[in-house]
Amino acid sequence: MRATVWMDKTHVEVQDVPDPQILNARDAIVKISSTAICGSDLHLYNGFIPTMRKGDILGHEFMGEVVEIGSAVTTLKVGDRVVVPFPIACGGCGACERGLTSVCENSNPNATMAEKVMGHATAGIFGYSHMLGGFPGGQAEYARVPFADVGPFKVADDIPDEQVLFLSDILPTGYMGAEMCDLTPGDVVAVWGAGPVGQFAIASARLLGADRVIAIDRFPYRLRMARDGAGATDVINYEDVPVLEALDDLTAGRGPDACIDAAGLESHIDVGPLQAYDRAKQLVMAETDRPHALREAIMACANGGVVSVIGVYGGFVDKFPMGAFMNRSLRMRSGQCHVHRYMEPLMERIRSGELDPSFVITHRMSLEDAPRGYQMFRDKEDNCEKVVLSP
Amino acid sequence: MGNDDRTRRLVNGLGLFSLGLGVAQLAAPGAMNRLIGAKDDTRTRAVQRWLGGAREVVAGTGIESGRSPAVWLWTRVAGDIVDLGMLGTVLGRSGRRAKTRGRTAVATAAVAGVTAADLLAALRLSRDDTDAGYLGNGRRGIEAKGAVTVNRPVGEVFAYWRDLENLPRFMTHVQSVRHRGDGRWRWRANGPAGMDVEWDADITEERTDEFIAWQSVGEASVANSGRVEFRPAPRGRGTEVRVRLTYDPPVGKLGAAVAKLFGAAPDQQVRDELRRFKQVLETGEVVRSEGTPEGAKSRRTVAQRPAQPAPA
Ligand SMILES: NC(=O)c1ccc[n+]([C@@H]2O[C@H](COP(=O)([O-])OP(=O)(O)OC[C@H]3O[C@@H](n4cnc5c(N)ncnc54)[C@H](O)[C@@H]3O)[C@@H](O)[C@H]2O)c1
Ligand SMILES: [Zn+2]
Ligand SMILES: [Zn+2]
Repeated sequence: MRATVWMDKTHVEVQDVPDPQILNARDAIVKISSTAICGSDLHLYNGFIPTMRKGDILGHEFMGEVVEIGSAVTTLKVGDRVVVPFPIACGGCGACERGLTSVCENSNPNATMAEKVMGHATAGIFGYSHMLGGFPGGQAEYARVPFADVGPFKVADDIPDEQVLFLSDILPTGYMGAEMCDLTPGDVVAVWGAGPVGQFAIASARLLGADRVIAIDRFPYRLRMARDGAGATDVINYEDVPVLEALDDLTAGRGPDACIDAAGLESHIDVGPLQAYDRAKQLVMAETDRPHALREAIMACANGGVVSVIGVYGGFVDKFPMGAFMNRSLRMRSGQCHVHRYMEPLMERIRSGELDPSFVITHRMSLEDAPRGYQMFRDKEDNCEKVVLSP
Repeated sequence: MGNDDRTRRLVNGLGLFSLGLGVAQLAAPGAMNRLIGAKDDTRTRAVQRWLGGAREVVAGTGIESGRSPAVWLWTRVAGDIVDLGMLGTVLGRSGRRAKTRGRTAVATAAVAGVTAADLLAALRLSRDDTDAGYLGNGRRGIEAKGAVTVNRPVGEVFAYWRDLENLPRFMTHVQSVRHRGDGRWRWRANGPAGMDVEWDADITEERTDEFIAWQSVGEASVANSGRVEFRPAPRGRGTEVRVRLTYDPPVGKLGAAVAKLFGAAPDQQVRDELRRFKQVLETGEVVRSEGTPEGAKSRRTVAQRPAQPAPA
């Protein structure tokens, strides 16, 4: 089959690789109809996540048709149309029982590696390094899906791929980002990053009752989408305006009740002599600046508020403003999304017309064009927001 | 230093070796390529200097620092690699801003140097521990232990283990355990160099739903014993399982080979086995990925297959 393969830092290729085979009795093989490139793939692409190997198949957002099932799979049959959640979860461990599927205790055969870097292991994830299991991803024609009786979510034939594909990751992720804010009516939410994840965090914060949702980014086209597509009430272009001042302005000095980091470990550093950066830098004593959005979110958050981290971090962070965090009674919530528990309720919102996640799609390409898709998405070329690939 | 101490240290070191080496071999090639395979410019030359300079310092101090310094070193390796990537990005971004660029390059070089040093020290430490042999100079017991929480009731977890014939399902070295009918169990395991080793063992003590202890009898090529304890986990979280194994390899070549086989990171092997035990009870099978087709096996960390299907 054809598959998108990680060759080296910023080098992916579409290659011929062997077809997947059933390895466990609870596996299914899915023939992929649509798959997408995620901001997390960019972290792998740019070489920030350790334990990638040449030859690894990428991709963790995919859907398609079940074409083969293992002997222990009773809940699916060949021909079913399914969306596959990106964390692999067994359904039987303590974490899965509590709905924390992204920290499933059984799905990562390389748990030892993950423990080394993170203290305890997390779930296996499709196409997301060896530390997270060494599972091939779904930017391919076919994928093996372990625990197929737990993960794949059946969808009816009458709803287009583009409306349900993002149930695999970014829609639930954005939703969880907003849900973790424990919003009450009247709350103000600020979202760093108007990428696809940020867009869905904004839309979800609105759905969950936030009065005011402020999008922060530097790409005008993304901020436009945040306002027109996701429903942000205000936007801040951090290249034009000092973020902390702007947020204080919008909230009469309180700061947002909840701050969502949807930018992650590659958050951009403004090296220009802008007031915003200078002030933030002064405040947080930035050194290598890598968790820039996170630091700013902490500094901005209202006393007693919530910092919700859905942007991905891989290792260690410097100059974490612990004093602000501790003294101002902030709370932090985070996690890779526990996708499984959100699929059904979000599907209902899609069916009812409350949500149409397809608004983030700007580029549709053939799987063969994946390398170009990665580069465009990374460089935000041609107003690229989200790339969907068809094998 | 007593045997126990030495073994513990050895075990520690070996555990770190197989784990750490995994992280290094998987994570570091990228970093090393970035460092060494890069074009020859001021940045890479600076890196080379640091590489050479830092080497002696760290190799000298790394090994002696504290109880399990390698843990820290490996953690640092991971951190350094992330740092490096970050700095690389900054460097790419700052473009023509000469001043910033210069500073970043210096920082990159510094971090690169430290990474190389950490790697060296961690590898060095691990290698030393591997060489620091228990082999050759006589008998020395190898002890291995581990614990896991299994999300099943104590009765079920106990019963599964008590049927020793189940053990090969999650113990990779053990090919089979057969009840001989006289209260004695015949174990057959993979020995070194493709040899099979067999021995008989008795259950020496047990209390239903609490513990099982066994001990090899007679002419076992590797005298060994084990004890597993079961305890209900708090708040209905299943069963806490704690295992302790001892191997007493004989003097001589076979003993040395066996000791090596069983002795390579013994705690880690027990942890791998318990992980598979948990998987079997909670999910019905040992979980496999294309990168680690045989399921949880930390030795795989040094030789991961790529995450793509194996040829049919
Ligand atoms: N927690 C999860 O389960 C989960 C799931 C999917 C993605 N993610 C993560 O979410 C993050 C975003 O993903 P995406 O697909 O939207 O990626 P993306 O790259 O399209 O979006 C990131 C956005 O953040 C903006 N940004 C960068 N620095 C910023 C700063 N200092 N302040 C404000 N905005 C800044 C960028 O301009 C960009 O628009 C990534 O880190 C990704 O790994 C997490
Ligand atoms: Zn993703
Ligand atoms: Zn699980």
